[in-house]
Amino acid sequence: MERVPVLKIRDTLLVSIQVDMDDHTALALQDDLTERIVDTGAHGVIIDITALDIVDSFIGRMLSTIASVSRVLDAETVVVGMRPAVAITLVELGLSLPGVRTALNVERGMDLLARTAPARADAIFDEADDDHHDDSVGDGVLTS
Amino acid sequence: MLNAGSSARFAQLLTDQQDQLLKRWATLSLRGGRGRATEAELVAQITDLHAALLSALRADAETDLQAEEAAELRATLAELSGTRARRGFTPGETASTILSLKDAVFEGLDGADSTVLSDFVNFSRFVDELALFTFETYVQTREEVIVEQNHQLLELSTPVIKLWDGVLAVPLVGTLDSARSQVVMESLLQALVDTGSAYAILDITGVPAVDTQVAQHILKTVMAARLMGAECIISGIRPQIAQTVVSLGIEFGDIVTKASLADALLHTLRASGSDVVRRTRRAS
Repeated sequence: MERVPVLKIRDTLLVSIQVDMDDHTALALQDDLTERIVDTGAHGVIIDITALDIVDSFIGRMLSTIASVSRVLDAETVVVGMRPAVAITLVELGLSLPGVRTALNVERGMDLLARTAPARADAIFDEADDDHHDDSVGDGVLTS
Repeated sequence: MLNAGSSARFAQLLTDQQDQLLKRWATLSLRGGRGRATEAELVAQITDLHAALLSALRADAETDLQAEEAAELRATLAELSGTRARRGFTPGETASTILSLKDAVFEGLDGADSTVLSDFVNFSRFVDELALFTFETYVQTREEVIVEQNHQLLELSTPVIKLWDGVLAVPLVGTLDSARSQVVMESLLQALVDTGSAYAILDITGVPAVDTQVAQHILKTVMAARLMGAECIISGIRPQIAQTVVSLGIEFGDIVTKASLADALLHTLRASGSDVVRRTRRAS
């Protein structure tokens, strides 16, 4: 069975799906990703589906589930790079992936996560070392 | 279908009385054509038809419109009918041009013996076949024209415009049916990928009426764009349409709607972090 690699970049987990997803691969990915979120304490997950030609209802539900699960673990999920044909198919199937945030490509996905992250990062700095409060604002926001 | 004997005798008649026949035919069909075609044009068309008819009839076997020898006749008829269809003639006018051949031939018949009568009945049946053929060609040509126009309409009506860096606009003009909304959706989504735009504005100023069906198509397009990570804004909602939408109970949910394209552009600019500032000129 093929496995999808989960890469950690700073505070974010990046999953780029390059293989044909069957149901087993999807379930394995779901398990791997959940474990990695807990292990690394990541606050963002980016799932890149640029290479996916087909997203069926099962994969669609998997994406929704991953988003819900990671939200429980305090990580925001962004699905990026969906192809036009895939988007049309999903809409025709009536799957609008509720609760999943989307972006055009990985870069914009990172931007989207960065925009939601600062408040949280600041909060950590505020409590951890009050003295350096001024320095921490807007600098190294994503490190924890 | 015209049997061999009648076929040969009519070929003879058409050759012998060529000039008088053509003249009578032209006069008769001019009367039927209600003056839409000029006389010279009509005479040219009739002469062509006469020649084609002769070439089809000359064979000393029976004459069949579907046979290979009649190919030229069919082509001439098709051309006549096709050009007339494109110029807006009615199929009745075209058919009556062909049918007046019967009267023209009838006037040229002499005597009343039984062969002439049965020949004429045979011949007029054949002419009816010709007229029917032009009718079919006419319908076919019109069908082609309609299909052609449909294609042009689809291409014409769905431009995707780049309004600003990262902002696309689709001005929708005309009624949205499922075929058109499919084209709109595909071209918009492709343009989103190509330009990397994060915002798209669907302007429905040119949509004459919004019913549940049209709203459904618009919502689908917005959802698809969202799945790809772009935000859609609906603009150009006329007062009448706003009232219809509300009375039909259509919910746009959390989709941003604006009254005008200008408002929508301003919204996207603000959302993407740009501000529009009006410069006030200081009195010097």
